[in-house]
Amino acid sequence: MPSISRDEVAHLARLARLAATDDELDLFAGQLDTILNAVAQVGEVSQQDVPPTSHAVPLTNVFREDVVRPCLTQQQALSGAPSAEEGRFRVPRILGEEQ
Amino acid sequence: MSELIRLSAADLADKIHKREVSAVEATQAHLDRIAEVDGAVHAFLHVNTEGALAAAAKVDEQIAVGEVASPLAGVPLALKDVMTTIDAPTTVGSKILENWLPPYDATVTERLRAAGIVILGKTNMDEFAMGSSTENSAYGPTHNPWDLERIPGGSGGGSSASLAAFEAPLAIGTDTGGSIRQPGAVTGTVGVKPTYGTVSRYGLVAFSSSLDQAGPCARTVLDAALLHEVIAGYDPMDSTSINQPVRPVVEAARQGATGDLKGVKVGVVREFRGEGYQQGVIDCFDAAVQQLRDLGAEVVEVSCPHFKYALGAYYLIAPSEASSNLARFDAMRYGLRVDNGALGELSAEQVMSLTREAGFGPEVKRRIILGTYALSAGYYDAYYGSAQKVRTLISRDFTSAFEQVDVLVAPTTPTTAFKIGERIDDPLAMYLNDLCTIPSNLAGNAALSVPSGLAAEDGLPAGLQVMAPALADERMYRVAAAYEVARDAAQGGPLINRVPELEAISR
Amino acid sequence: MTAVAEVMDYDEVLERFDPVLGLEVHVELNTNTKMFCGCANVFGGEPNTHVCPVCLGMPGALPAVNGKAVESAMRIGLALNCEIAEWCRFARKNYFYPDMPKNFQTSQYDEPIAFNGYLDVELDDGSIFRVDIERAHMEEDTGKSLHVGGATGRIHGADYSLLDYNRAGVPLIEIVTKPLVGTGARAPEVARAYVAALRDLLRGLDVSDVRMDQGSLRCDANVSLMAKDATEFGTRTETKNVNSLRSVERAVRYEMTRHAAVLVGGGKIKQETRHFDESTATTRAGRTKETAEDYRYFPEPDLVPIAPSREWVAELKAGLPQPPWVRRKRLQEEWGLSDAELRDLVNADALDLVAATVDAGAKSDDARSWWVSYLSQQAKTLNKELAELPITPAQVARVSALVADGSLTNKLARAVVDGVLAGEGEPDAVVEARGLKVVSDDSALTAAVDEALAAQPDVAEKIRSGKVAAAGAIVGAVMKATKGSADAKRVRELIIERCS
Ligand SMILES: [Mg+2]
Ligand SMILES: [Zn+2]
Repeated sequence: MPSISRDEVAHLARLARLAATDDELDLFAGQLDTILNAVAQVGEVSQQDVPPTSHAVPLTNVFREDVVRPCLTQQQALSGAPSAEEGRFRVPRILGEEQ
Repeated sequence: MSELIRLSAADLADKIHKREVSAVEATQAHLDRIAEVDGAVHAFLHVNTEGALAAAAKVDEQIAVGEVASPLAGVPLALKDVMTTIDAPTTVGSKILENWLPPYDATVTERLRAAGIVILGKTNMDEFAMGSSTENSAYGPTHNPWDLERIPGGSGGGSSASLAAFEAPLAIGTDTGGSIRQPGAVTGTVGVKPTYGTVSRYGLVAFSSSLDQAGPCARTVLDAALLHEVIAGYDPMDSTSINQPVRPVVEAARQGATGDLKGVKVGVVREFRGEGYQQGVIDCFDAAVQQLRDLGAEVVEVSCPHFKYALGAYYLIAPSEASSNLARFDAMRYGLRVDNGALGELSAEQVMSLTREAGFGPEVKRRIILGTYALSAGYYDAYYGSAQKVRTLISRDFTSAFEQVDVLVAPTTPTTAFKIGERIDDPLAMYLNDLCTIPSNLAGNAALSVPSGLAAEDGLPAGLQVMAPALADERMYRVAAAYEVARDAAQGGPLINRVPELEAISR
Repeated sequence: MTAVAEVMDYDEVLERFDPVLGLEVHVELNTNTKMFCGCANVFGGEPNTHVCPVCLGMPGALPAVNGKAVESAMRIGLALNCEIAEWCRFARKNYFYPDMPKNFQTSQYDEPIAFNGYLDVELDDGSIFRVDIERAHMEEDTGKSLHVGGATGRIHGADYSLLDYNRAGVPLIEIVTKPLVGTGARAPEVARAYVAALRDLLRGLDVSDVRMDQGSLRCDANVSLMAKDATEFGTRTETKNVNSLRSVERAVRYEMTRHAAVLVGGGKIKQETRHFDESTATTRAGRTKETAEDYRYFPEPDLVPIAPSREWVAELKAGLPQPPWVRRKRLQEEWGLSDAELRDLVNADALDLVAATVDAGAKSDDARSWWVSYLSQQAKTLNKELAELPITPAQVARVSALVADGSLTNKLARAVVDGVLAGEGEPDAVVEARGLKVVSDDSALTAAVDEALAAQPDVAEKIRSGKVAAAGAIVGAVMKATKGSADAKRVRELIIERCS
């Protein structure tokens, strides 16, 4: 199994929106390498023709009726907001495009 | 110390319902106890004195007119700070949600309130339930009442410690990889992870959605069963909730307490002993198994060959789901926002990154990065995909085991409580705490931990884990209740009574 | 400012290249509630008032699938001749964006509910182009951001943004075509005709408002060019923000001419997102991503799989309405229309409106005349789509009935319609409030005639002396006095009567 490099950890931190420090990256790279080596044993079964389990309990077709429920008030919705304006959540400027 | 705080929940409820004592008095006694010892234990992150007394007063009013909301009406409870509460902050042990007051109650919270159970406050936990020692709380560790230098287990260390410290007779925990059972084992209390899907996760701040399950914590098996019946049941707000009647766990606990296990087949999991297991823990376990035999159970050894992969699968699946579940903590809608005072200069993306960096502790960040990696294109099949295959194999191991026996038993954890700080720098050593508890999270079946005595070498509690098939939770209650009675008879009274007087060792 | 890109003459493009199209259409369903929570699914509203812990992505909240939305998704799939999955799941598409409360979109990935279909699209000359459908899958919409400061609400240069999550969690169906080859010069027309046909189909299913102007139907157009001798597709661009049928056509055409100019100039097409600018009919580049986005899809653990029984699928299939083109043929026959008349009706987007008006009791000729002429003019004046006019087919039918029974003249009827459009209420209320009823009571009219004659004695004299042509002035005066509510013919008769 491949081990994880510091650069890779830095890339993952960016993907996960963590402004990790250099020291942290060094520490995490070492620790994640150890952890990955330990968990990589799951690969021993990867060749087996076994269906993956995504849900512990096999349920299907759980649907909600299309009936309106009460919403939060605007005040409740915004109650935890770090910043709000005109009934909306105020956030720093957005650089990227919508997807 | 007030007599009231030493009572079981069942006995306290009985006194309240017979109006020998009021719910307000019972609540006040526990609030007093918290005020007295929580400085040393630090089980609570938030104590809701006014809310608790008001709720208790309401129960007293109802009882006065002959209405008893539930068999536990009026009994105080400690709620893990992972469940949303409209009247108390919900922090999940994280700085990123410091002081967050949710605009809604979790379904479990609603059911507790509807049952007249008095919520004393919110208990400490490893940040986002990631940990086995409660040392990962952003608000400082909780101390084990058996030895304040030691960990109370985790992530629900606040809940388990509150029980062992007699701050509450009941508590709620959540168990993703053992976070109810392992704290129960190391504090000499009872912790139950019900079948996945039988207790609603709505309002439970998610760590790993396919593994998380809330459950009851108590000092006796019967108390846990009573609480189980309050919180369990179908909830349309949780799509993974099972639409079936609650299992008759109280009846099973009462039946078990008669001390007869004739006709019950118990399987000892062969894989859960050997290297890494503390001798005293193994001795307690072996003695417990002998006790089950003495109660009439037929004991056989069974093998679950794929359990050895469980830890690896768990540490891929849980971080993967967590990396996605925790993405919502982004400084936009609620919680912490860090902008380094450079308001207007920074972009939303930068503020997100700075906030998450500052708001999450090291273990959370470690797991987010691990999970992000395991889900990445190119690694998915090797890691996440394989882990899900392991999950299938573990379920099959359980299925074939339960074809041979009614319940499985194992030690709950390989060791007793370790010292605070001892394993914090070694994530892998920490992860081994959950070796025996994880398989039931992966398979979704029911499992509990009941105290099995004190390890000879350190005098600290060990736990007996009893595992039952999915939707057969009552089986493990019956076995645990029978064992509990026999254990107390053999050991000269309830194990929990041997917890040291906290006053004597308050720091 | 983006430099104006060079473009190639369209005919020359086609001499050198073959276009390849791919169309992704997002349709907002018109369910009562959102995809995963019970919040009302309505357009607009006070910001953050149709939100709950689920669609705000609050800690602890969990999704619950709207069964009606699943049914709509399957009906759409069936109407597009798709196979319906025997078993499928939702997946999480992970990426951070402030308009997405959970920072993942609950969508479908490799297990869409419907796949492998087609839609036969009729082009202007009556020929049919078959558009192959890759998949139709379920997902949720995002919130809306308002960019403050900088240039007029644009994302670039804004100081900060304001977020409204009313739209977050609205059910979306994403319909993706296979690459469309062989369109040649008709690529822009095929794109427009496909979206138009899809819109008609969805309207017929009654699963969406299909309002491109409000964003309930949104189209992203992927365009690439293949050199005539090439064997592989060229690099594609994805143009977003295409808000009308006309824009679909223009965006495809523009991208073809832009690609060709770049390629012939020795350049390379960058795989990127582009934005269509309605005012200039050009596209501009979005922000290019340095690295391909890794969405880290995985099965949504909070939702269970969907396994529609074959009985359910068969039942939905049996309940599908007639496809629009079949229905069109039927209506053409019923209403006795020529091909040209039918095309006018379809091009005016009036077919459904006329049908509904006929259903409400109007004669087809009357209904057609209202929608295709007077109301179409009003729509143009108001810069609105016909269907957006604040008048219902039932209201048009009522006005039509009032004309038919002689209560209104055509002129008065138009005034009544104006009143309805102005928000004055139902036709009868407008008639009442504006006093528009045809005055058929002779005594009232006679009094008005006498009054007019008395006011203009010289004219009255002329009429009495046999100069009947002079009656026009009196008619005018009476019509003025009665605010046009009198029947002019009857007024003339009365004048002659009084003067003889
Ligand atoms: Mg999509
Ligand atoms: Zn909602």
